[in-house]
Amino acid sequence: MTPNPYLWLIPILPLAGAAINGFFGRRSSKQAISAVALVFCGAAFFMALLVAWGFSSASAPYYYDLTHWIRSGSFQVDFSFYLDQLSLVMLLVVTGVGFLIHIYSVGYMWDDDGYYRFMSYMNLFMFFMLTLVLAKNYLVMFIGWEGVGLSSYLLIGYWFTKDSAAAAGKKAFIVNRIGDCGFLIALFLMIKHFGSLDFTRVFSAVRPLGPETTGAGLLTAIGLLLMVGAAGKSAQIPLYVWLPDAMEGPTPVSALIHAATMVTAGVYMVARSSAIFERAPMAMTVVAIIGTLTALFAATIGIAQTDIKKVLAYSTISQLGYMFMACGVGAFSAGIFHLMTHAFFKGLLFLAAGSVIHGIGGEQDMRKMGGLRVYMPWTFATMGIATLAIAGIPPLAGFWSKDEILWKAFGASWVYWLIGVVTAFITSFYMFRLMYMTFGGEYRGAAAQEAHGHAAHGHAASTHGHGEPHESPWVMLGPLVILAVLSVVGGFVGYGNQFEHFLAPAFQGAAREVAQETSREAPDSTLEHLLMGVSISVAGLGWLLAYLLYSRRPQLPARIAASLGGLYRAVANKYYIDELYAVLFVNPVVDGSTTILWHGVDQGAIDATVNNSASAARHVSDSVRHMQSGNLRSYAGWVAAGGAVVIAYMVWMGVR
Amino acid sequence: MVPLSYYLLLSGILFVCGVLGFLIKRNIITIFMSIELMLNGVNLSFVAFAAHWHALSGQVFVFFVMVVAAAEAAVGLAIIIAVYRTRETLNVDQVNLLKL
Repeated sequence: MTPNPYLWLIPILPLAGAAINGFFGRRSSKQAISAVALVFCGAAFFMALLVAWGFSSASAPYYYDLTHWIRSGSFQVDFSFYLDQLSLVMLLVVTGVGFLIHIYSVGYMWDDDGYYRFMSYMNLFMFFMLTLVLAKNYLVMFIGWEGVGLSSYLLIGYWFTKDSAAAAGKKAFIVNRIGDCGFLIALFLMIKHFGSLDFTRVFSAVRPLGPETTGAGLLTAIGLLLMVGAAGKSAQIPLYVWLPDAMEGPTPVSALIHAATMVTAGVYMVARSSAIFERAPMAMTVVAIIGTLTALFAATIGIAQTDIKKVLAYSTISQLGYMFMACGVGAFSAGIFHLMTHAFFKGLLFLAAGSVIHGIGGEQDMRKMGGLRVYMPWTFATMGIATLAIAGIPPLAGFWSKDEILWKAFGASWVYWLIGVVTAFITSFYMFRLMYMTFGGEYRGAAAQEAHGHAAHGHAASTHGHGEPHESPWVMLGPLVILAVLSVVGGFVGYGNQFEHFLAPAFQGAAREVAQETSREAPDSTLEHLLMGVSISVAGLGWLLAYLLYSRRPQLPARIAASLGGLYRAVANKYYIDELYAVLFVNPVVDGSTTILWHGVDQGAIDATVNNSASAARHVSDSVRHMQSGNLRSYAGWVAAGGAVVIAYMVWMGVR
Repeated sequence: MVPLSYYLLLSGILFVCGVLGFLIKRNIITIFMSIELMLNGVNLSFVAFAAHWHALSGQVFVFFVMVVAAAEAAVGLAIIIAVYRTRETLNVDQVNLLKL
């Protein structure tokens, strides 16, 4: 391993930006705030490129020990950073996409009163995310892990005067705590059994252990607990419920945190722990099953959503499911590949959706959009590219990575593959539905309503004081265009398994697997092409179906929905999962806290003890205070009586 | 020679007279004099014991008590004069502001 002192600068730079904007932003001009935020974030990107320069698949990992932290006997944890092929991919994605979204935010949030606060939080997020990605041990990773959770909470609840935003922030934070609890227990197990949290030390302790094929042991437990943490952070079943609500945050936040970077931290963590998962087949199976189910489940919910950001949120959950499916079948590099392309096209989708929302004055309901391709051609073009990419149309980025995952999943079991293909069909359908509802047909927004009598809705849809939809400024379109280019070409890095070979040193434990995989691959190339054809055709079918339903016969979907009745209502209401959780977990906790903890313990025991001792003291004093009458002779009487008592006592006991 | 018990009896009588006067009388000056009476009752027992045991420390102690009593008389009379000037009375039952 080679020491590289630049490593620690990468996370520290955005922290400096966050501190400057956080402390001095209130009195600075917006130009100065933007400059600080962009310069520090851009500097981190620049440093990342500098570090990445000349780092190839053959390079030994870089590391840098910043300072000591915990030294207790043989157990030690330092603030140290680490960069191998896996963290390099994450580093470039986070800094690159993050920088683009920072630029976009300047345009999107310019008119907001808390501009400096927003930019400060964004930089703070970058700091924690880079800490997470560059950590050399699990504890530093955990700092980043918790820190991005904090930034996520701050940014979801950014418009905290809105009740729903504040509640969504709390929900995200609390659901993440459940996952973090699992992650922490996994760390405790590692400390107990391996005596270290350092990646290299833990993995070298794990490496001699055989796979736990018979029964579940320590590695299975650690793997499952890590997966609990990953499920919380990456919004997998059963902890995905916070992500759709997180759309209450500003759209750049949704793009940066809840699509491109933070929610993929779980995938990164599982991939990073590949050495552990490799030796715990049962945990791997659980990861694969959770990923597969989440992919399908979230995609079906996405069909019936009408809020443009909610569709994208469920789409994100679904795509994250793909990544976990890949990790679960041992194709970690395929999962990371999809993570990267997903960061491009899903970041782009969210930014484009933000551009739409910005352009029509804050409206998010797709039923009030339509026909926007005329008003905002650039947004339409870039979002179209992203849609093609996510739907898996070749040769765009999403096709390569998704097909890689499906192919690897087929190698594990055809069930994963089948569900993956069905999900791909649904994905294609709801994404093109979104496109047709937003950009196709006629505009159904403020202008259309004005014709019908505008009093009720007219002003709500045009809060910026413009009835006509308009294209966004170039500061917002620039990032869209760059991400669109990346969404087109991003997939080619995976051509001929280059990406997999690049990442191979990071998955040394999985090297054996890869060798097997490639040996199996060669004779099955016709099968691979067949499967590729299937996934392309289902993507095309999804597009066709969306075209028929939402462009050709726009009145048809409502009739289908009506004929499906209960099923449609269940899907539109997200399968009532939130309501179920409310009954099962939230209400018991709230009721228990109210009756037992609040009324019982707090008011009944703690408050009562304090209040009763106070009133007891008052009552005693009330009776005693009459002694202090101010009458000198009664005082004298008390003195004399006291003296008499003392003398009587001495006489009684006998003076010695 | 007069036995020790006589002195002690007289000393006790003087002290009890002082206590009773202190408790019963309302005039501050009378109360003040009662305190002096108590002090002198105690002084008497001190010198009686000193004579009986042929120890000088009792006598020395009496001098101390007399010095303190003189100081106390000076301060006390000053307070009494101050009280009379402000309250125009020497009845302790009317000087009853010494409370919360």
